[in-house]
Amino acid sequence: MAGSNTINITSPRWLLAELSYKCPLQCPYCSNPLDYAKYPNELSTDDWKRVLSQARKMGAVQLGFSGGEPLTRQDLPELVGYARELGYYSNLITSGYGLTEEKIIELKQAGLDHIQVSIQASSQELNDHLAGTTTYQHKQEVARLVKKHGYPMVLCVVIHRQNIHQMSEILAMAESLGADYLELANTQYYGWAHINRDALLPTREQFAEAEKIAQAFKEKVAGKMKIYYVVPDYYEDRPKACMNGWATTFLTIAPDGTALPCHSARELPGLDCPNVNDFSIEQIWNESKAFNFFRGTDWMQEPCRSCDEKHKDFGGCRCQAFLFNGDAASTDPVCSKSPERHRIDAAINSARELALSADEKPLVFRNSKNSKQF
Amino acid sequence: MINTETTLRFSPMYRLQWEEAQQKFVILYPEGMVELNQSSAEILKLCDGSRALPAIVAELEQKFATSGLTNDVTNFLNVALQNGWIQHD
Ligand code: SF4
Ligand code: SF4
Repeated sequence: MAGSNTINITSPRWLLAELSYKCPLQCPYCSNPLDYAKYPNELSTDDWKRVLSQARKMGAVQLGFSGGEPLTRQDLPELVGYARELGYYSNLITSGYGLTEEKIIELKQAGLDHIQVSIQASSQELNDHLAGTTTYQHKQEVARLVKKHGYPMVLCVVIHRQNIHQMSEILAMAESLGADYLELANTQYYGWAHINRDALLPTREQFAEAEKIAQAFKEKVAGKMKIYYVVPDYYEDRPKACMNGWATTFLTIAPDGTALPCHSARELPGLDCPNVNDFSIEQIWNESKAFNFFRGTDWMQEPCRSCDEKHKDFGGCRCQAFLFNGDAASTDPVCSKSPERHRIDAAINSARELALSADEKPLVFRNSKNSKQF
Repeated sequence: MINTETTLRFSPMYRLQWEEAQQKFVILYPEGMVELNQSSAEILKLCDGSRALPAIVAELEQKFATSGLTNDVTNFLNVALQNGWIQHD
């Protein structure tokens, strides 16, 4: 049929600017690529300004400054100011490390809209263990300062087996810090989280218990605090609608200028993700092989191809399909219709065995020394 | 609930802005965006801290040369208040 291959290309709405892979923390669930140490180059201030202008022109409006730790970039206030002039709504996604009151004020004056502070756990001991640095007290202080200076305060806690038992305390902490938004992000198993999965994946019972507590809290604080709950997809029987569909909405630019349709896409072989040093954002978004690879539905295999839910979840996550099945175009193995669902169940069981046994598997922390081994 | 006495103001926790690429007004907030139709945008633009409900209705009725907007405007402003987009001074 004529026109059956024509895909309607929507324009990007969200831009994630990963300013640097440098980070003073070492979270064992970090979503940066394992081999990030191979990409030490960083775009210049002018490169970033060009990227911001081009993406804004195409319609991007939500902007996240992330990393690594974006505060390691000395030009952050300048980039924030530039983004504000262009009309972006900008978000600083930070560990809070190195964030002083002067910096908070400077960023506010430059036009930053909100700050998302991540806290690893509700107790100092566990937070500092997970972060691989002493940061807990400072993070609490940062959260207070963010609030004091009139930003909407977004607290982000990544949930996994090492902290899921603290759910009640985490919620109480968010309430006492006066968070306006709380993101409870169940770990997604890519990058560092993937290699640490046996030690991080909660059991089904732990997850159900934590979800119950979070739901009750959500009702209690309705109207005061907004809760974003990111589900752990392993315990679902349908995959997440990853990225709202490949290259429909989200654009990530890695520190070295590589443009990615999703922040994990660097792990996928054969994509040849283009670099902003060689192409404009418009060329990248509309014409590059990488961004067109999984656009629409023509690339799908069975069971997705003939499935009536394919416009709902787009076949799930390409990175998860690759990690489990070795084929990025296959059905996300989380789906109960996938012939590979047993691989997810095996991962759940393997983590469960470790959880119930007395042994603990050492976590592989995210740092340059470990990264160089990949 | 919206009262008729106190002035209304768009919340500093949100941002209302025109999006050229989409040809519409949107409300921006952490991790999200709401696209507005024209009438909702017109109502919200008048929530600038200088008017209470009756003045907003009067202004809109004059602008669009119509009358009887009180119910629609009140309903929408109640939703906006519930969502936290606007607040009473
Ligand atoms: S997840 Fe942790 S280690 Fe990774 S960038 Fe964020 S703060 Fe740094
Ligand atoms: S078969 Fe594919 S399209 Fe259908 S529900 Fe499963 S992942 Fe989604």
